[in-house]
Amino acid sequence: MGLDIRLPIGLMFAIAGALLAAYGLVSDPAIYQRSLGLNINLWWGAVMLIFGLTMLMLARRAHRAGRR
Amino acid sequence: MTSIQLGLIDYVILAIYFVFVLGIGWALKRYMKTSTDFFLSGRSIPAWITGLAFISANLGAQEVIGMGASGAKYGIATSHFYWVGAIPAMVFVGIFMMPFYYGSRARSVPEYLKLRFDEKTRGFNAISFATMTVFSSGVSMYAMGLLLGTLLGWGFNFSVMVSAFIVLIYIFLGGLTSAIYNEVLQFFLIVLGFLPLVFLGLKDAGGWAGLQQRLAMMATAQGYAPGTWTESWRFMTTPAANPMGVEWFGMVMGLGFVLSFGYWCTDFLVVQRAMAANSMSAARRTPLIAALPKMFFPFLVILPGMIAIALTYHSGVSGFALPKKMDGTFNYDLAIPMMLGHYFPSGMLGLGLTALMASFMSGMAGNVTAFNTVWTYDIYQSYIRPGRSDQHYLWMGRMATIFGIAISLAAAYVAAKFNNIMDLLQLVFAFVNAPLFATFLLGMFWRRATGHGAFSGLLLGTGAAALHHGLTTPLGSATLIKGGWLGTVLHSYPSEMAQNFWTAIFAWTICFLVTILISLATRQNRPDEELKGLVYSLTPRSKEGNLPWHKRPAMLGLLVLGMTLLLNIIFW
Repeated sequence: MGLDIRLPIGLMFAIAGALLAAYGLVSDPAIYQRSLGLNINLWWGAVMLIFGLTMLMLARRAHRAGRR
Repeated sequence: MTSIQLGLIDYVILAIYFVFVLGIGWALKRYMKTSTDFFLSGRSIPAWITGLAFISANLGAQEVIGMGASGAKYGIATSHFYWVGAIPAMVFVGIFMMPFYYGSRARSVPEYLKLRFDEKTRGFNAISFATMTVFSSGVSMYAMGLLLGTLLGWGFNFSVMVSAFIVLIYIFLGGLTSAIYNEVLQFFLIVLGFLPLVFLGLKDAGGWAGLQQRLAMMATAQGYAPGTWTESWRFMTTPAANPMGVEWFGMVMGLGFVLSFGYWCTDFLVVQRAMAANSMSAARRTPLIAALPKMFFPFLVILPGMIAIALTYHSGVSGFALPKKMDGTFNYDLAIPMMLGHYFPSGMLGLGLTALMASFMSGMAGNVTAFNTVWTYDIYQSYIRPGRSDQHYLWMGRMATIFGIAISLAAAYVAAKFNNIMDLLQLVFAFVNAPLFATFLLGMFWRRATGHGAFSGLLLGTGAAALHHGLTTPLGSATLIKGGWLGTVLHSYPSEMAQNFWTAIFAWTICFLVTILISLATRQNRPDEELKGLVYSLTPRSKEGNLPWHKRPAMLGLLVLGMTLLLNIIFW
């Protein structure tokens, strides 16, 4: 059906991941006492961003292959 | 109970999720032209998508919360629900049953029963399934409302209404496709939302070795062998050796064979996802693709529960502990939510809660799409208004989405008022479900099975479940809802779980035997020609020799079973 689901999934995780990572950079380090001293926002945000971009790339590749 | 404080960033992440799920529904609206588009996604979805939706639809909040709770209560033995229960059943439905579900072109599981047996068998299944679906959706709505309401201080009404409304909108717009696409998104969200929780919890407990050590001390303190919480099979020899109170035979037969095969092979909620696949081979691969991530889910949902209870008894660096209920027992259901609140700082907390919401919505959407299809095709079109235009049924499907959710909401409020009514309903549904797998097994693999046989088998099997439950009790329980309501108690089981497993075994056996006996005593009035595509011996084998190995269901099935066996051995 018309919509490639990898597109919205990729977009959502890329946005949320970028947001989390950015928040990880600016937030008060004291809040990471909870996560055992690990800046989990920054690290996990980056992981989600990479996942989101991978999904977007796959969707783009499929779109191109489909047009050819 | 301490409530969790959410910051602005947490609400932003939740809002992003809401925008995307609604956006997907909106984007799919223009493709919903016929009832087949709405109820079956026009049978056009690739296998990897239906596969992920297949697990996601089952991964409701009750699954996440419940598995976490069981992990705390029973330890790694809970993984039997996956490694003995779900996975083998998923392989079976993919390899052996999907050819008949998909190949018969039936639009629903009850419709298969009509094609294979007769109208009354379909009617019985359709009506019990439709009722069951809306009510179980209501029960999980109640559970979620209670959880979010108390945990976040949002209030029961607000939590329930918002999530119900969002699910309503996206299914109303985009039908099954919308539910399936969102389930894939929800699947990734659940995995990515809970994975860091497992990591942090495990780190706090000192890794797997540290966790083992803590759980061993806890187990010995309670009078069990040290490895009871971390070894899944070794203590299954007698019911007294493990906190589940079950022994291997009751577990393998009751949970593995009857209950899991009954659920994964006959429940339309999951089968519908495979029916939406774009080819026979994709439909058969759907449950097999689903099984690959599913076998690792114990590490995502059971492990946090084990970590939570271990840290409660022998505290880690950060001092996590499970809260207690009013009566002094641990509130196991809060294992995963409390860990979210404990380990996740603002930001990740939003992601974790969004994952929890996503699991709730995926479960609910699964129920709603299964309900609107069975209602429209098997009840409305069959008994109330046959012979209308396709557009009329498409409209009805949208209406059924609305009133299905409305009934679930009402049920959630009834559950909030009278907790016992819901327990009772779930009990009755368990009786109806237990024998179903015998009916399908005989229907698909024995051409002599007749409609009268199937119907009486189902009826008496359900009766046998009720009778068995009425004559037995779990040890130390006095309430009628737990069994023994017929006055005389013939047998006491060591635990409620053992009683459930054996109720299922009895129901299945009675249904199996009665169906055979009545079938032999009645005439098969369907010629072989009509049963083609519905029964194994009369259906030509599909040829898949030209596909690469990873697209062949049998190869995939073997791979899945081999990996599951390995997991069983590792955590023996």
